[in-house]
Amino acid sequence: MAAVTVENITKRYGDTVALDGVSFEVEPGELFGIIGPDGAGKTSLFRIIATLILADSGTATVLGFDVVKDYKELRKRIGYMPGRFSLYQDMTVEENLAFFASVFGTTIEANYHLVEGIYKFLEPFKKRRAGKLSGGMKQKLALCCALIHKPDILYLDEPTTGVDPVSRKEFWEMLKQLQQEGITIIVSTPYMDEANLCDRIALIQEGRFMQIDTPQRIRSGYSALLWVVRTNRMHSLLNDVRAFPGVDYGYAFGETHHFVAGEGFDPEGLKRYLRDLGHGDIVLYPGEATIEDCYMLLAKQ
Amino acid sequence: MEEEIVIHAEELTKTFGTFTAVDHISFDVRRGEVFGFLGANGAGKTTAMRMLCGLSRPTSGIGTVAGYDIVRQAEKIKRNIGYMSQKFSLYEDLRVWENIRLYAGIYGMHDREIAEKTDALLERLHFTRERNTMVSQLPLGWKQKLAFSVSIFHDPAIVFLDEPTGGVDPYTRRQFWEMIYEAADRGITVFVTTHYMDEAEYCDRVSIMVDGRIEVLDTPGNLKERFGARSMDEVFHSLARKATRSE
Amino acid sequence: MKQFGAFIKKEFYHILRDRRTVLIVLVMPVVLIVLFGFALSTEVRNVDIAILTPEPDRTIEQIADRLDASEYFTVRQWLRTPDEIDRVMKSGEIQMVIAFGPHFSGNVLTPDGSQMQLVVDASDSNMAQSYVSYASGIIADFSRELAATGGGQGIETQVQFLYNPQMKSAYNFVPGIMGLIMMLICAMMTSISIVREKEMGTMEVLLVSPVRPVYIVVSKMVPYFVLSCINLLTILLLSVFVLKVPVAGSLAALGLVSLIYIITNLSLGLLISTMAQQQVIALMFSGLLLMVPAIVLSGMVFPVESMPPLLQAISCIVPPRWYISAVRKLMIQGLPLIYAWKETVILISMAVVLIAASLKLLNNRLE
Repeated sequence: MAAVTVENITKRYGDTVALDGVSFEVEPGELFGIIGPDGAGKTSLFRIIATLILADSGTATVLGFDVVKDYKELRKRIGYMPGRFSLYQDMTVEENLAFFASVFGTTIEANYHLVEGIYKFLEPFKKRRAGKLSGGMKQKLALCCALIHKPDILYLDEPTTGVDPVSRKEFWEMLKQLQQEGITIIVSTPYMDEANLCDRIALIQEGRFMQIDTPQRIRSGYSALLWVVRTNRMHSLLNDVRAFPGVDYGYAFGETHHFVAGEGFDPEGLKRYLRDLGHGDIVLYPGEATIEDCYMLLAKQ
Repeated sequence: MEEEIVIHAEELTKTFGTFTAVDHISFDVRRGEVFGFLGANGAGKTTAMRMLCGLSRPTSGIGTVAGYDIVRQAEKIKRNIGYMSQKFSLYEDLRVWENIRLYAGIYGMHDREIAEKTDALLERLHFTRERNTMVSQLPLGWKQKLAFSVSIFHDPAIVFLDEPTGGVDPYTRRQFWEMIYEAADRGITVFVTTHYMDEAEYCDRVSIMVDGRIEVLDTPGNLKERFGARSMDEVFHSLARKATRSE
Repeated sequence: MKQFGAFIKKEFYHILRDRRTVLIVLVMPVVLIVLFGFALSTEVRNVDIAILTPEPDRTIEQIADRLDASEYFTVRQWLRTPDEIDRVMKSGEIQMVIAFGPHFSGNVLTPDGSQMQLVVDASDSNMAQSYVSYASGIIADFSRELAATGGGQGIETQVQFLYNPQMKSAYNFVPGIMGLIMMLICAMMTSISIVREKEMGTMEVLLVSPVRPVYIVVSKMVPYFVLSCINLLTILLLSVFVLKVPVAGSLAALGLVSLIYIITNLSLGLLISTMAQQQVIALMFSGLLLMVPAIVLSGMVFPVESMPPLLQAISCIVPPRWYISAVRKLMIQGLPLIYAWKETVILISMAVVLIAASLKLLNNRLE
């Protein structure tokens, strides 16, 4: 049986459609990523499967419980970390953790083994107020608080937003560890590079899932011809490339530009053309699509 | 060809009591460059940027921005820079043109100039129909583009961008970077502070601060080569691991 | 029950760590009492007056001396013609002019008596009323003495100060302040504290837990209940020992009514918090919809009886109106609890309605 089954969920706020017929399944023990920009509907989806808001239509079952009818049973089994780190800023690390433990009728001691790996980072600061912690530390504390009652499923809504790269990396390592413990994890992020760390991902745009699959299969399923180009005049390069026949569209991609070429595109011709325009150090090669390229291709279709 | 230096920092230092937030940093930024100023939380980015904007006096060291001294000519600096942050940029309860008007007014631009430039700007952004729209009604990506345009509306020598594209969809983000490149081509220097490494990849050169010092300064390509890394994220990791302090 | 304990502990952390708020809450009643008691007193002291008479004589001088000798007035000027009244009043030098008609003294002892006029700067109508009463009082005394010695009609004035012979304003404002402060702390602070959790996102986490929402909000009330009791005590001690306004009736009855009032306000705060999503909204709600009526319509400043019927009707749903009225009866007039039965019953029913409404609105979900 799937850990989460969502069927055709729709949610509107006035005229805005937050979720538009979303369906997916998450297997037990899976690390499932929901990838998309701010405002795509990620938070609404989490709130629905967390029993916090009601969908306008569609059904959702989590751990065999209906999110509407069986919300009381379900709430005992969910660990939820909302977008903003929901901690009491004026309470210490230790007090926060103890409080959230007692909210679920348990104690820190009873489930310490679950959070031990994460809490060891926080131990030296346990008398410090949560408001005085760095972004990375707050994130770890929030995770501990969401885990302290030994949930069967963990929802993490943009846990790495506003956190520096080092903490982000540590955080993903922790998630992998929790997965070993058998906890099903659903995580959302606007960072496409984090998609590769999930077992399966859903690419979400404007309330719709565009594709659900493993990151690898999504990348290898890229259906267009992707090229990478770089010269010594990057700023003007993009518009020059776009003007070349056979180039469908191009976009900046870090220190290179990516472009999608159609049938009959002539790479040597492009090099000559760029040289004529005064570009030097021209590097041009067929690229391998990243999740971000896939997202953009799907979003365009 | 000697390139024009618009930001010059020499042994710039700021201490708070016994804590050295910024520790003798020196660097130059050229006109029209897109410069990435990176560092983890608490590495000293914000303090350094405040000094460059003339908001905070350095404890020691020299700095010039747009040709003005950061200590003695702070007011002149403020007139010659633009600033945009993701958190605060536009007033949600004002219309598009009202935001532009307000901002231009702050920089003492004349009515006729404002009117002409507003029309041109809206035209260029394809925003002409949104002139009277409340900013709160605009999609996030549009807001961001508008915010950036507003921050360079008075043609500053330098624009400071604070984590400008976090959380934006990939498509809008590209358009945003193209706007930044265009501004740079017009001769506006773009100074980006961020701890999102994917934003760093778009910069011409980047510096990475660790514990108040600038550890490295180079193009993203050279840095990746030097550290044998595939991405700026990895470069950052090998450097930031040495950090001893956090916020 | 263990959960409930943990919640209450957490609330005390919040309050005690917010030093500034604790200080404000504990000091505010003291400041208000001192302000109203001394600085903002409506009692009359050393008011500058002028005497207008075409022909000063012994009787008029005697009256002027009487006025001047009192602690209430100081005679600053003597005027000859009525035209001068306008000048001295406008310049603000003088607050009241006492004008004597021609042949004043000659007529004093005739059967028709003689006439005088009090011209008062009534831009502050309350104060003007007080000046007139005080001055009339002094003149009446003088007139009685004169009549006793010389016979005849004398100067006709009749004044009586009922209920509060010393015109002490403390009798009026102590019940008012009690009503105000407890509303401020119970209704406003509870609601803001609940809404803050919504804003911070912690409410989201708590709702996803098995805790019943009613625990969350009830635990919020406990610390504010304690704070209110401390304030009640402070106000009573200050009014008895500093302002010398004694508790004329039974202390137990006063305490009972106060506890009921506190509970009414806590439930009001609860209701606001179930409706507001942001602290600003909660603040506006309690600030504008509670504080203004609490000051204006409760009878604290303006007597309810002299309001137009519509406002009187509205004042019926303002809890402090009933509390203040009860406190006046129990504390100032010293009546037994039975005389305040109506107020007590109304406050209890308000609490019941408010609690029922908020429990109905209290949501298990975010929307």
